[in-house]
Amino acid sequence: MRDQPQQPEGAIAGTGMGGAMDLGASEAVTLERTPGGPAGTGPAGRPRSLWSDAWRDLRRNPVFLLSALVILFLVFISLWPSAIASGSPLTCDLAKAQDGAAPGAPFGYDGQGCNVYTRTVYGARASVTVGLCATLGVALLGSVLGGLAGYFGGVWDSVLSRVTDIFFAIPVVLGGLVLLSVVTSNTVWPVVGFMVLLGWPQISRIARGAVITAKQNDYVQAARALGASDSRILLRHIAPNAVAPVIVVATIALGTYIALEATLSYLGVGLKPPSVSWGIDISAASPYIRNAPHALLWPAGALALTVLAFIMLGDAVRDALDPKLR
Amino acid sequence: MGRYVLRRLLQMIPVFIGATLLIFLMVNVMGDPVAGLCGERACDPATAAALRREFGLDKPLWQQYLTYMAKVFTGDFGTAFNGQPVTELMATAFPVTVRLTVVAIVFEIVIGVTLGVVTGLKRGRPADTAVLLATLVVISVPTFVTGLMLQLLLGIKWHWIRPSVRYGTLDELIVPGLVLASVSLAYVTRLTRTSIAENKRSDYVRTAIAKGLPRHRVITRHLLRNSLIPVVTFIGTDIGALMGGAIVTERIFNIHGVGYQLYQGILRQNTQTVVGFVTVLVLVFLVANLLVDLLYAVLDPRIRYA
Repeated sequence: MRDQPQQPEGAIAGTGMGGAMDLGASEAVTLERTPGGPAGTGPAGRPRSLWSDAWRDLRRNPVFLLSALVILFLVFISLWPSAIASGSPLTCDLAKAQDGAAPGAPFGYDGQGCNVYTRTVYGARASVTVGLCATLGVALLGSVLGGLAGYFGGVWDSVLSRVTDIFFAIPVVLGGLVLLSVVTSNTVWPVVGFMVLLGWPQISRIARGAVITAKQNDYVQAARALGASDSRILLRHIAPNAVAPVIVVATIALGTYIALEATLSYLGVGLKPPSVSWGIDISAASPYIRNAPHALLWPAGALALTVLAFIMLGDAVRDALDPKLR
Repeated sequence: MGRYVLRRLLQMIPVFIGATLLIFLMVNVMGDPVAGLCGERACDPATAAALRREFGLDKPLWQQYLTYMAKVFTGDFGTAFNGQPVTELMATAFPVTVRLTVVAIVFEIVIGVTLGVVTGLKRGRPADTAVLLATLVVISVPTFVTGLMLQLLLGIKWHWIRPSVRYGTLDELIVPGLVLASVSLAYVTRLTRTSIAENKRSDYVRTAIAKGLPRHRVITRHLLRNSLIPVVTFIGTDIGALMGGAIVTERIFNIHGVGYQLYQGILRQNTQTVVGFVTVLVLVFLVANLLVDLLYAVLDPRIRYA
């Protein structure tokens, strides 16, 4: 008897943008190392860990290299946008509204006469900040809660499972609208906070499963027999062996958080002007879509490329960390 | 089987209570429901107090929640602040969104499964790689971008469709349905592909071929029936997600469905509308999940629920 259907790996895990942040896909990543341990010896006779194996695979994977390059570039322009874009994203000239490409404005001007190129470059910062912070928060909270529940089991485990069920039943965009519609703050933090609040159950499920798998291994028994404390077993023996699936899901989720931020900003509850964000720009450009489609196409393209890069990175990392594919 | 259904129904209760309570708290704690009533100006304190008494907002939250839920189970979802019963809003909104969801699911099944079967059978060929790349791109482009693009191209540039939906009839909902389905469609394709490719190497398929069965019969009777089980699960759990996720699609194409009412309700801080619609959505989600699990036993005779 199976309550939860086992899903074959291959579907990208953890990218549910719909109501349930991620349902079936949470089962998709079941990376467990064989109890015997893959620490075989390499050709040079050096012991190889899962991580060095994965890194060797990744360095040869063109998909990984390409997406890593795009992400490095994005991080660079979010740190120093002025390096490739001159002027301020907030100086706009209504006289130039909806104009096409011009010297200094290769992407043209939007409905308010702002330089689309400058705004697109500056928009990267919001997306990358929200994506990274939300993923960090979700991964920390989710793996701590899920890991503890998986390790100790008992009442807290059942309670946590029910709580995650509850969170999965609430559509994400809907929750965002309700929670963020009353926020007047201009910073990224309410958006990040909301994503952590609604995103942690996804990671906690994965972490719980990974910890349960890892704690049945012989080396955990051995450590316990030697008198190791719970915290030592958790941190030194279980965590290193259970962290791989969390990393995979978190990487892919990073892309979806960026998309979610843009969606919320598009709906008018995410970031708010004068913040510069691709979602805000796309939302502002949609009424002028007939006359000035370029004002919509460039930020939309940048957004899609960013999300694609993170999802492809997660895909590549999953392939490298999944021993079943070797 | 009966005992299993009963157990699942009992398990649904805490999730239902938790989810509705959560959304009830969110709506009530995050905003002052009376503030939205007086328009842009702040309410006169006496009027505000009178309104609070009228709607029972002066009572503690848990009492409000209990009163509300008791009423919901008698079919009374309360009235929106404009005096219209919420059930009336639902009666106009849900049919449109259900139609939209049906269109989306048909797209998922027809296009997603077909592409998945074709690519799964031809794994590693150029067609497979092309479709895989396409699904990655579709997953990466947020729905609202896909929607705006299709609206721009099909509606404004080429005049194939009206950019804005008027009555919500099926033919008007084809493109919005495709937009709503797009991300899930890509998942269905990938899931079917993996599943088919895995099962293609299995013993029963080899036996079927060895028996001399024609190729199409091997595929439809043996391979497909076994491979579609995870896909059915995905599509089933997706029903609730699609209905709740239609907010963006409905906003782009100006469809007056559940998403539209919810969006308006949230912006106007119309508590009763928001909580009522979410309650129904959560119920739909839970029931769809239950049905999927039961369907599972029908599709896969190896699974027997005790």
